[in-house]
Amino acid sequence: MSQITLQNITKRFGTVTALNNVSFEVKHAEFFVLLGPTGAGKTTTLRIIAGLTKQDAGSVAFDGQPVDTLPPADRDVAFVFQQYSLYPTMTVYENLAFPLRAPLRRMKEEEIRKRVTETAEVLRISHLLQRKTARLSGGEMQRVSIGRAIVRNPRVYLMDEPLSNLDAKLREALRVELSHLQRTQGSTTLFVTHDQIEALTMADRIGVLNHGCIVQVGTPEDIYDRPATTFVAQLVGSPKINLLNAATDGGVITIMDSDVHLPACELCTDPANLPCEFILGIRPEDVRPDPAGLFAGEIALTEPLGVETLLHIRIGRQTLVSTVPGISPLSRGESVRFGIVRERLHFFDRTTGVRFSE
Amino acid sequence: MASTRVEHAFSRVGPGFAVVESVRVDQITPRARLGITARLILSIIIAFVMLIPVLWMAMTAFKARPDATASPPKVIFVPSLDGFIGLFTNRTQLSAAALAEQQQRTDLNFWERQTLARGMRILGPSKFVSQLSNSLIIAISSTILAVTLGLLSAYAFSRYDIPGKRDWLFFILSTRMLPAVVVTIPIFLMYRAVGLYDTHVGMILLYTVFNLSFSVWLLKGFIDEIPIEYEEAALVDGYSRLQAFRKIVLPQCVTGIAATAVFCLIFAWNEYAFALMLTSEKARTAPPAIPANLGIGGIEWHVIAAGSMLFLIPVVIVTFALRQYLLRGVTFGAIRQ
Ligand SMILES: Nc1ncnc2c1ncn2[C@@H]1O[C@H](COP(=O)(O)OP(=O)(O)OP(=O)(O)O)[C@@H](O)[C@H]1O
Ligand SMILES: [Mg+2]
Repeated sequence: MSQITLQNITKRFGTVTALNNVSFEVKHAEFFVLLGPTGAGKTTTLRIIAGLTKQDAGSVAFDGQPVDTLPPADRDVAFVFQQYSLYPTMTVYENLAFPLRAPLRRMKEEEIRKRVTETAEVLRISHLLQRKTARLSGGEMQRVSIGRAIVRNPRVYLMDEPLSNLDAKLREALRVELSHLQRTQGSTTLFVTHDQIEALTMADRIGVLNHGCIVQVGTPEDIYDRPATTFVAQLVGSPKINLLNAATDGGVITIMDSDVHLPACELCTDPANLPCEFILGIRPEDVRPDPAGLFAGEIALTEPLGVETLLHIRIGRQTLVSTVPGISPLSRGESVRFGIVRERLHFFDRTTGVRFSE
Repeated sequence: MASTRVEHAFSRVGPGFAVVESVRVDQITPRARLGITARLILSIIIAFVMLIPVLWMAMTAFKARPDATASPPKVIFVPSLDGFIGLFTNRTQLSAAALAEQQQRTDLNFWERQTLARGMRILGPSKFVSQLSNSLIIAISSTILAVTLGLLSAYAFSRYDIPGKRDWLFFILSTRMLPAVVVTIPIFLMYRAVGLYDTHVGMILLYTVFNLSFSVWLLKGFIDEIPIEYEEAALVDGYSRLQAFRKIVLPQCVTGIAATAVFCLIFAWNEYAFALMLTSEKARTAPPAIPANLGIGGIEWHVIAAGSMLFLIPVVIVTFALRQYLLRGVTFGAIRQ
């Protein structure tokens, strides 16, 4: 296993800049998740690391050694593709054995059989080994593609949204399996997804990609609790963070178009650092209905989800979303008092969306 | 009739009504069945009309010489192998004395006796055998070459960014835009100058070039259909480009290869104009030989028919064996299996 370093990678397709000066590092035995919306350049990043696409500028290194001139076969990475990855003319067994049969590995057929059988057991696809891949369900296909990656011990695993075509149940199950597999094997993994839950649950560290730029790299806690921009703040967390225009006069923070005034003391940020107008971010779980709360509003909508309920609270002309555990007794039209956890507020620049640091 | 049943069934669906009668879409009404039968009969008639020349040829091949030229033509006749004997042998007319002497012999085989019955003696094999084998050698070699080269260039055109790709492809296609007769004279002169006239190599080369444009275009259509992700997966799995081509692309385009090969083979096998101009003795193929060589001493229709029929059989066999690939071939791979 090894570590991957990307330095100032830039890639253009005609007029589209798919990647713009991207640098990050995946450490040895780390599960690194690249998170970003569709078209952000995630697949392009993986393809450049695998050597399937040539970057216009910048350099990729494994363990400090540049690999830019190596063909894909010599980079020794395993790639789980977003789609189309199984060879349709072969059986599952042959698909799993295919990477091992590569001429440069010269593996004995016995050893191949042993490895394929083991892998099939780990992924619970032993009963499918003799089946043609065209006759597999989506989940089975995805398992086989993952199997084709883990059947050998590559330096790096590159996984391009391997769970995105699956139904929710299977995705959850495979998520756990993949995490477990990665920890037991201690493999360096770069996992691409646009699903924030996958990112938060599986990652050691997350890199957020938007329009070909790395916006933030950090642990799931960093990303969730200290999002670098409004984009990151909105990307992670469900329901979405409340972003509100706010103003301050030094002592008090006022949410615009409402009568919510927060005393500036006890804030995590020194209000002196803030400009007069900015964007205030409040996570829904930090808006807590409380009879003794400082603020008053009116329930505009409730969305009971079973384990929690989303309350849309109208304050003046703004609406705050709040999550409360279980089914809430509150109903539409009722007035409600609530508090805001002031230590966990987020402040962003109004024009650039960048977080004001503490 | 059918439509009233559909309305009937649907009008009863709704609250309070159970569906007691279902209308099967795949059920064939008597009227539809009648239509199918009518169409079938019509196709058989058309096919028969189309096949009359072929049928006539096959009949003529088995006629004796007087029957073949009889007027009015004979539909019912005594079958004879005269045509085939004429095709494969050189014979000589015997004088009355020689004939009588030959008739005394008891060691004659079946063919010799047949010939003797017409007052002739077999001198030896004719050139047709070697011409048929020339046809085989030239057609098969040029097909293998055209398909191999075509496959490699189609792969390159499909997978790589080649500068001026569209122009190249158009150029390749444009070699097919001139009718063959236009270029036969210049090619004849060129071939004579470089010593390719009347050689197997010359004919193989010519047919390969002619088939190449077709083979590149046809195979490119097939390769374009194979998602590139499969090869990329193989590259990452540790295979080189060529190995990936062999292990992944090749098995997936056998259909295309088979279809292309059939078309190339048929072209090379049937080609007449070039063969007539560019070969004489050594490398003469069957198509110009059948009508030309066998006309010594009046047109021997039964011999020509026998030759044409023998010549047709390999094409029929190959076409029949690979018929399911041909449909995809003529539609440039547009029909999925
Ligand atoms: N071969 C290509 N030719 C032209 N443009 C491309 C090519 N590959 C990618 N792009 C463009 O580069 C940008 C990034 O694409 P990429 O496939 O990396 O996105 P992604 O983050 O993987 O998206 P998704 O989540 O939809 O898979 C997109 O705007 C895309 O249109
Ligand atoms: Mg992608």
